[in-house]
Amino acid sequence: MSEQERYHDPNGYLEDDPPVEFTPEMRKTHTILVPMMLPIHFEMLETILGRHGYRVEVLRTTGRQLVEEGLANVHNDTCYPALLVIGQMIDALKSGKYDPDHTALMLTQTGGGCRASNYIYLLRKALKKCGFSQVPVISLNFSKLEKSSGFKITAPLLVEVFYAMLYGDMLMWLNNQCRPYEINKGDSKKVVDHWIEELNRQFCSPRFLLLTHNYKKMLRDFAAIPRRKEGKVRVGIVGEIYMKYAPLGNNNLEDFLVAEGAEPVVSGVLDFLLYCVKNNLIDYDLYGKSTMAKPVATYALRFLEYLQNKGIRAVKKQGEFRAPSSFQDLQKMVDGFIGMGAKMGEGWLLTSEMLELIHSGVNNIVCTQPFGCLPNHIVAKGMMRKIKDKYPYSNIVAVDYDPSATPINQENRLKLMLSNARLNLTMEDVQEPSKAREVVDLSEDLHLD
Amino acid sequence: MSYKIGLDIGSTTIKAVVLNERDEIVYKSYQRHRSRVREMALEKLEELRELLEGKELQMAITGSAGLGVAKESGIPFVQEVFATAGAVRRYLPDTDVVIELGGEDAKIIFLQGALEERMNSTCAGGTGAFIDQMASLLDVDLATLDELSLHHDKIYPIASRCGVFAKTDIQPLINQGAAKENIAASIFQAVVDQTIAGLAQGRPIQGKILFLGGPLSFLRGLQDRFVKTLHLNSDTAKFPPIGPYFVALGAAHYCETAKERYDYRQLVEIFRKTAAIVHKPQGLAPLFASEEEYQEFCHRHAAASIPTVPIEEYTGKAYLGVDAGSTTTKTILIDENANILFSSYANNLGSPVEAVKEQLEAIYRQAGDRIAIAGSAVTGYGEDLMKSAFHFDVGLVETVAHFTAARHFDPQVDFIIDIGGQDMKCFRVKDDTVDDIILNEACSSGCGSFIETFARSLGYEIAPFAKLGLFAKAPVDLGTRCTVFMNSSVKQAQKNGATVEDISAGLAISVVKNALYKVIRARSAAEIGHNIVVQGGTFLNDSVLRSFEKELGCNVTRPAIAGLMGAYGAALYAQQHVSPRGSTTITREQLAAFSHTSKAVNCNFCTNHCSLTINTFADGSRHIAGNRCERPVTGKASHSDLPDMAEYKYNLLMSYQGVEGPRGRIGLPMALNMYENLPFWHAFLTKLGFEVVVSGRSSKELYLKGQNTIPSDTVCYPAKLVHGHIKALLAKGVDVIFYPCMSYNFDEHISDNCFNCPVVAYYPELIRANMDLDPGVRYLYPYVSLNNKEILCRKMEECFHQNGYDDITLEELGAACDAGYEAYQQYKDEIRTQGQKAIAHAKEFGLRSIVLAGRPYHVDPEINHGINRLLTSLGFVVLTEDCVSGWEEAPVRQHVLNQWTYHARLYSAARYVVTAPRTELIQLVSFGCGLDAITTDEVREILRAGGKLYTQIKIDEISNLGAAKIRIRSLLSAMEERGDDR
Repeated sequence: MSEQERYHDPNGYLEDDPPVEFTPEMRKTHTILVPMMLPIHFEMLETILGRHGYRVEVLRTTGRQLVEEGLANVHNDTCYPALLVIGQMIDALKSGKYDPDHTALMLTQTGGGCRASNYIYLLRKALKKCGFSQVPVISLNFSKLEKSSGFKITAPLLVEVFYAMLYGDMLMWLNNQCRPYEINKGDSKKVVDHWIEELNRQFCSPRFLLLTHNYKKMLRDFAAIPRRKEGKVRVGIVGEIYMKYAPLGNNNLEDFLVAEGAEPVVSGVLDFLLYCVKNNLIDYDLYGKSTMAKPVATYALRFLEYLQNKGIRAVKKQGEFRAPSSFQDLQKMVDGFIGMGAKMGEGWLLTSEMLELIHSGVNNIVCTQPFGCLPNHIVAKGMMRKIKDKYPYSNIVAVDYDPSATPINQENRLKLMLSNARLNLTMEDVQEPSKAREVVDLSEDLHLD
Repeated sequence: MSYKIGLDIGSTTIKAVVLNERDEIVYKSYQRHRSRVREMALEKLEELRELLEGKELQMAITGSAGLGVAKESGIPFVQEVFATAGAVRRYLPDTDVVIELGGEDAKIIFLQGALEERMNSTCAGGTGAFIDQMASLLDVDLATLDELSLHHDKIYPIASRCGVFAKTDIQPLINQGAAKENIAASIFQAVVDQTIAGLAQGRPIQGKILFLGGPLSFLRGLQDRFVKTLHLNSDTAKFPPIGPYFVALGAAHYCETAKERYDYRQLVEIFRKTAAIVHKPQGLAPLFASEEEYQEFCHRHAAASIPTVPIEEYTGKAYLGVDAGSTTTKTILIDENANILFSSYANNLGSPVEAVKEQLEAIYRQAGDRIAIAGSAVTGYGEDLMKSAFHFDVGLVETVAHFTAARHFDPQVDFIIDIGGQDMKCFRVKDDTVDDIILNEACSSGCGSFIETFARSLGYEIAPFAKLGLFAKAPVDLGTRCTVFMNSSVKQAQKNGATVEDISAGLAISVVKNALYKVIRARSAAEIGHNIVVQGGTFLNDSVLRSFEKELGCNVTRPAIAGLMGAYGAALYAQQHVSPRGSTTITREQLAAFSHTSKAVNCNFCTNHCSLTINTFADGSRHIAGNRCERPVTGKASHSDLPDMAEYKYNLLMSYQGVEGPRGRIGLPMALNMYENLPFWHAFLTKLGFEVVVSGRSSKELYLKGQNTIPSDTVCYPAKLVHGHIKALLAKGVDVIFYPCMSYNFDEHISDNCFNCPVVAYYPELIRANMDLDPGVRYLYPYVSLNNKEILCRKMEECFHQNGYDDITLEELGAACDAGYEAYQQYKDEIRTQGQKAIAHAKEFGLRSIVLAGRPYHVDPEINHGINRLLTSLGFVVLTEDCVSGWEEAPVRQHVLNQWTYHARLYSAARYVVTAPRTELIQLVSFGCGLDAITTDEVREILRAGGKLYTQIKIDEISNLGAAKIRIRSLLSAMEERGDDR
């Protein structure tokens, strides 16, 4: 291999320091640890990967010690998700529960212009620092980044994972519409657990492919949950993908909102996948090149949208629950706000998710991000003024997360947002919201000189 | 109807308002609670017995520390901003904007149009606590600070984003002897700027403005700054006497919506229960498990001390060391055997010259004629000033002073950490030289003075406060990071009922963790060294010392004179460097006649307009401080003729002029990417027939003009400057502004990909969404890449056609692209050639070189604050990263994903430095740059693997070069000691 070739070989490294590869033999001997992000989806992911011959364990650990490990082993200015995820992995390796000689780690890598693509390198540095340099790290990516000879995304695996995401999105969506209203506490969770179990069974046969059929039964089960008919404040959650979904990252934001008497609205992860695929087509148009070949991306986009629409139709047909918006709609909404060339991090998708919420009547939005998140300076905080100008009654709060941000600070901001949300709710009921109350004379105290 | 009680429990104060049946205010109070939140609430109720007994009562609690009390007591809680907005709507419905500053919170409420409320983000200080801190820095109380500020005649620029930065700006002003009146007013101005930039975030503050909260009610100077800055008058600015209690009033009114009714006895009972709740300790392990452990600890550290010789009994030669630190002044006099004759550690009370003078007087008084000062040396922040004031023999950089002293205690020392009042210095020692210097960045300087400020805010002196922590049962976990974060962590701890003991220990632990995780970023002793010497005044706090040992898991040496090590080192250094011509140190007689005055002026030699402080001494000699070059001192234009590539590049870029063209005037903002792509766009647009108008040079004034449109206050300074540049273009009356979105930069084939960072790439989108451009001005911000000419032409054609330039053809665009590529190539060649010349010059004259590595926009003097000039004034040839990158035959793979064009240059430049003799690298990092968390570690690794020193300088809007100077001088002295062959 020439120097130039060696450089462009994704697995070519500095000779003195080659990373440990996950080899085919390790499938039998190694347990692969995956950090938790989407609690419902990852339950299925664990099973599916297991069926494909990988011993996978999703890390569900919580606690301050994860942050401490992260702080000790990752540059502290690195974004919070990296710090948490790496801290969680190091903590697991140190716990004694796993034999470091028979453990591998898995992280996703997007290859975008945001620093998230560097997590895996930071993880390797941290492993080396802690004396775990024998632990192989698998990059889960759909770009042409790293490959491991022992971990291959085969077509059947890919299909199953996509279906797990679809089902996971639906369960999360319906659960959030039921849980705040359930009369018997825990009913919704029972349905979710039942369906995870059921789907995990289905993944052993082609039955899981019967999307519409399963959706129908799922909807029936959720609809059967006894619920209170009351209007609650609905609050949308958008943000950096890990902070948006991972309870470890956002301090159990969904639970907090439910406890505060609100209904969380959280869109599915499929939109993010669609966004990644769509960006290939945009890249092709803007720069004449893309990671995924244009025809592949075109087809993948069409196929995924087809699957997404099945879900939307199923919800609409059943009629009791709000249906999510389609990716097609998301693209239309963003027009006039931000260009679709903004593709780093969650890019234009984040802006459009805020707009989608407002369009579907959810004016209250929590925008979550790691402290100092670079793309969100633009696509989240940078767009809020424009959104507020156009939709004056939108009620958006940006919440930053970092290793030292205390829950009280975050709670306070969330409570303010909720107070406003409730006020807006009552204002809608009153015919004349501007009707001033009788002004009490406090002239002495208010002496305004 | 019932009586309504509103209780506002803030971070530092508790406010109460009681309304009678007719909603008249019958009681109001405002008190500091010193963390005794629950007890104070109960006491307040008991105090009001006469007023409340027998009445039907309603109550609501609000405030950042009120949440916990509300939860435990079951009393309704209302979010404080919400409570305020409600009360404003009721009492002052014609208010447009409410600004409320509290102890640690700052809030703004926009009432016109859609209601919008904002609170300070997790990173923004600039509040009551900040003012408290600044007052204690100046050693005055709040009332005096306020009074002083009313007599100012000048405002200094002080970084407004966060208290820590502001402190960094204020300290040198104090040290340079600037008038307290002016500093006081500048502090208030910083709070105002912070409110406008950090809180309003792009929304204009107009109309009738209501100012609430303690600081805005009690501080006339602060009121004055707000009124002046926002151009208000008595009709539009309202400072109601009820201001401090307003939120409590809002809470009282909120009661209306609550169902709960109480009688007096019930309420007292509820609060008695709440106050009695025992909070299960959820803190960290105690510092000492037993009394024996503590005794062993005391005994061990007592060993590291220096004999003292009574000065009255000594006759002979002595050596003087002075450490003029940021808040304290330390002086030591030693005899020929390095025994201590005299030592003094004093707070300089904002007058460092006076402090040194007093200590010298004390020495002369006691020494009589028996002792001759044979040599003297001065170190620390005030080094230059003291050296000219008192004619000390030598000035030495702090790092060298500390190393000299530490070596005296432990000749094997390989790691020194010094935590002082304002700064933290750590250095590794290798081969008898200082090898690696780590200074705390502006964001992590939660050091000694921070514990002290905290102690005072809780009503304690520092020494007893520190002692309390030693036997805390459950030290609170306060995390790491800056003071502002720490404040809210303490708030959280108070909420959970932590004791003062626990807080004291928790603060000590957090300072240590801050040092270990944030600054040194190491965890075990093995990693940082085997022979560790800890010093600095902060380590005299036994809680800090103990936490440090516990955290590292090993014993360290703490000299008994931990707080005096700089001075002791300087004294030793003076002894080692005695001048054969004798000492020039100020004599007893000269000292008696000594006096000094200081005056603040603006330097007018160049566009920097540095704020200078001119000190004049009794003997007529002068000292100028605050200057960035030698011009105001020598009066001569050029500080140095040494090649300076940063300046060369900057001047080259500034030389691009437009030529009148048929298509009108097109503006380019000279910010971020434009520092790289200007040559291309300039030629491209000129060729198309546009007159290119460049926004010009950056400055603080330009920044302030655009400041109110910045939506995210944590973005880097270079990005914030874009807003000002757009304003500058509008002022120049251009027809169209061109600022393209670029996901990618030039592919230089030395990396995996060629991304721009997200901020650089998409800032044009943010400008579009947040700045009101004149309706007549078109704004072109197409998504383009310069790597594919054909597509670039097509995209530019699309863009021009959509914006009314229908006649621009693809052919024209092709030719324009060619012109652009050629111009860019020419520019690159010129930089490279000039760089080679600079390298050759350094070789020929045997000079040292520094690669000032950053991103292209770091050549902007408003961003780098003239570090390049500082370097040439110290005798370095200055190179930039792009004139020494891409030199290798084949690219080398990094340990990180190397996918950004600018970063690839950094890595390549670092590898160049490893191969180049007498050359070192300084990496410039903008505060808030998340990507540099990755690059700095990698550049450091490359340099360290190649036996080079790594120096990083974090820069922001603060224009003080003090910290940078220490680094550079330490680097220089390390280079000298290591020999020049590397």
